[in-house]
Amino acid sequence: MKNMKFLTATVFVSLLFIGCSDDDAPEAVNEEEVITTLTVTLVPEDGGTAVILQSRDLDGDGSDVPVITTGNLAANVTYSGSIVLLNETEEEPEDITEEVEEKSDEHQFFYTTTGGLNVSTFYDNFDSNGYYLGTEFTLVAGAASSGTLTFTLIHEPTKPNTGLEDAGGGADIIATFDVSVQ
Amino acid sequence: MRNSAFLILLFSSITSLSQNCNNSLSGSVTDIHDGQLLTGVTLIVAETDQAVQTDFDGTYSFSNLCNATYYIQISHPYCLTKGFTVKVFGDTKKSFKLEHHIEELNQITIEGKAYSNKSKTLLESSIDKDKLERFSSGSLGDALKSLSGVSSLNTGNTVVKPMINGLHSSRVVIINNGVRMEDQEWGAEHAPNIDINSVNNLTVLKGAGALQFGGDAVGGVIIAETSKVPVKDSLYGKSLMTVASNGQGTALSSKLTKSYQNGWHTTLQGTLKRFGDFEAPGYVLSNTGIFERSASLKVGFNRFDYGMEAYYSVFKNEIGILRASHLGGAQDQIRAIESTIPLTIKDFTYKINKPKQDVSHHLARLKAFKKFDNFGKLSLQYDFQKNNRLEFDIRRGDDREKPSVDLELDTHTVLLDLESNLTDGMTLKSGIMTRYQKNVANPNTGVRRLIPDYEMYDLGIYFVVDYQWNEQLLLEAGARYDYSYMDVFKFYRTSFWESRNYDQLFPEIVVEEFATQILSNPQLNFNNGSATLGATYTFAEDYNLFFNYSVASRAPNPSELFSEGLHHSASRIEIGDLRFNSEISHKVSLTLQRDDDNFSYSVTPYINTVSDFIIIEPVDVRQTIRGNFQVWEYRQTNAQLLGVDIDASFAFAENCRLNSQFSLVKGYDRTLNQPLISIPPANISNEIVYQNSEFNNIRLSLQSAYNFKQNDYPDTNFEVFTPETQTWQMVDVSSTPDAYHLLNFNSSIDININQNSKLTVGLGITNLLNTSYRNNLNRLRYYADDLGRNFLFNLKINY
Repeated sequence: MKNMKFLTATVFVSLLFIGCSDDDAPEAVNEEEVITTLTVTLVPEDGGTAVILQSRDLDGDGSDVPVITTGNLAANVTYSGSIVLLNETEEEPEDITEEVEEKSDEHQFFYTTTGGLNVSTFYDNFDSNGYYLGTEFTLVAGAASSGTLTFTLIHEPTKPNTGLEDAGGGADIIATFDVSVQ
Repeated sequence: MRNSAFLILLFSSITSLSQNCNNSLSGSVTDIHDGQLLTGVTLIVAETDQAVQTDFDGTYSFSNLCNATYYIQISHPYCLTKGFTVKVFGDTKKSFKLEHHIEELNQITIEGKAYSNKSKTLLESSIDKDKLERFSSGSLGDALKSLSGVSSLNTGNTVVKPMINGLHSSRVVIINNGVRMEDQEWGAEHAPNIDINSVNNLTVLKGAGALQFGGDAVGGVIIAETSKVPVKDSLYGKSLMTVASNGQGTALSSKLTKSYQNGWHTTLQGTLKRFGDFEAPGYVLSNTGIFERSASLKVGFNRFDYGMEAYYSVFKNEIGILRASHLGGAQDQIRAIESTIPLTIKDFTYKINKPKQDVSHHLARLKAFKKFDNFGKLSLQYDFQKNNRLEFDIRRGDDREKPSVDLELDTHTVLLDLESNLTDGMTLKSGIMTRYQKNVANPNTGVRRLIPDYEMYDLGIYFVVDYQWNEQLLLEAGARYDYSYMDVFKFYRTSFWESRNYDQLFPEIVVEEFATQILSNPQLNFNNGSATLGATYTFAEDYNLFFNYSVASRAPNPSELFSEGLHHSASRIEIGDLRFNSEISHKVSLTLQRDDDNFSYSVTPYINTVSDFIIIEPVDVRQTIRGNFQVWEYRQTNAQLLGVDIDASFAFAENCRLNSQFSLVKGYDRTLNQPLISIPPANISNEIVYQNSEFNNIRLSLQSAYNFKQNDYPDTNFEVFTPETQTWQMVDVSSTPDAYHLLNFNSSIDININQNSKLTVGLGITNLLNTSYRNNLNRLRYYADDLGRNFLFNLKINY
């Protein structure tokens, strides 16, 4: 009979649990590590107006597609390039480039061209082990041509590598621009 | 009871005085668990005081018995004494089964199985202790898929999710020690949180017929039970150690039980399992280590007509997820699929890095029962479960140490069950279930919630009646009703909310609007009915025919209702639907079984028709700044699964046995007329076992397992634009891997240390030929081969 008393008590205690739940609404979560914006600034070595390429995707993996701003390059000009990454979902946009450069051994930018676009690229900055990082680079525009120029940021790539094919890791950014050399 | 049996026997022996009394009674005595022959068992015929002992073959013989019914008492040093009534007519053969291992004695020794039937009209497939021990270093899913009709949905080789007749996750109900597991089982990469070493008997019901466990087991029910404790003064235990070459790891498990004649008992059990990176033939599967810790304590008090038990278990598992499987978008996927080896291979390590899962599960149960004369056995159970799931992705900056998923699911359940004998041959099982569940998603992850915060209330009522029509025919019928109420707080992206027209359909559930998100408060009700109808027909001595028809209703799970965003571990965007209703399955299964020691078999064809079946499939490719992602959306359709499971066991020579299995399942989407995704291919396995109880119970087995190629699959391939080549490229995610054949070897031998202790030494080799293969149902099959050869060394001490 003692057992039955104990059981009755247990049932009541469990009912109390059930009765005392709170109905507080949860707080919103803002994605913290989203990169919404990639901006490439290409400054001609002989001076002149910088070319700006930008990909901006304010809703992250939401249904809206990225907004692309592109520009054209001048033939036979060497540009000094730099890349800035931002998270613009926060009120005070966060500069993600700093993070990438701090953990330089875990990141690498890749530059790929297609469609006969006559440009060549060279890494200008390196990680703590002396391997490519690429938030800064040099771009040499050759003869007049057109095609696409893609910037891919790989997180935790295998370093050193011979290119995207054997780099592994995961893409943090893939931004493709239609570019012509005039 | 015994006295009346004596009286009857006395009476019957008087009437038979004039009969011929030169009959013999002979047979064997075996262990109920492993069929091992028992020597030195004393058998006494109560009426004549004749006593004999079984010889080395475990056989006995009485002579000079009349054509009458006798009461025979059987005793053995390691067993509780049992009584049997035997009808002797002419020279009679009768074999007895005893519970040999003290560690496994039933609470009250009742004739028959140690574990009672869960459904009387569905064939139960079960795995006993000895077989479970061979899987000690693996997982529950590894053991389960050794049964016909059971396969697994894997994420690598350590996350093994059981699949019954082609169905998994929320469609498979798992009962652990009488408690329905609430461990976020909706997720395809969420393995059951049960330590295989805490289980003593594992039963699979391939259907929803066991209504006492729930009405939503569209796939089936898995029941894990711990051993029962004898009512006698005793102290015993066992320790198991497995060392494995692949993964260079060890599993240690120990169990100790103290029991008393007055009914009190206590059992303490614990397991520690640690493995480093596993290996495929040719390379290391980087970041696939596992670290599992678990412990349980059971304290109880048992009398014949009443008893109670408290049980608590904690399970903690840290699981590395193959590094090469963590990808960005579709472009990464193309590179990974095109490469024949994983794109990240590092040196072997025990360290578990990200991506990884870190899961803990607490389970507490209080149970009491009392038997009332003329009423039945009433049991009351309260259980509490706390499941915490952390999933770590590869992240950047300040968030790198934070989990991406941090969910806590608390569940309280109260069960009241009654088992009663209505009339002679008719029994009734009935009960009421109430459950409260609360899910809290930690907002500090910095990632939008995968599963929203919710509270859920459930109420269930059921009854199952079975009736023994005559000696041959048993009928079973039952029904169940479940009501669920869900109170959810869900943040939707405003863009999604509007694109889905939810702003038109559900304006009333909006609580608050933020810059890019909307907080909504959906309140959902589900009314589910389920039923079962079945019959078992016994004929020609050892043939059984089982027929069962079951209706199961399953309410959509939180993932199906509320998913809306990138699922990192699957590298795809998943979208649920708030408007889903319950899916309803009708399953008919038929089993022909022959239960014979020399040649036994069972054939089970089945057909499962599910309306409003919820499936997820690719619908689109979404462009984001991180690349292209495939969008997978849940939808409801009409599905049908049909198949057959075949088991056979043939003793072709003394001590030698051939065990064979074959399973086939076909799944179709009847609305779109296409095959269902993730259906296991046909598989066949043949095993030759040599076991000799006279020579230290040596056991040798060689198993051949052949997995066919799955030829029926929906085309879920998609095209993405690859900037590097300026072309559209096909991402082949639907083609299935080739067929493969594996050989596995296992051996063990018992060594008696002293009268109370026994040592069992075992050696096993899985994937003997180091075959490279990939399995259709491994979610990581795109990125790496499955496990290579593995040497396992086992030591077990019973004391």
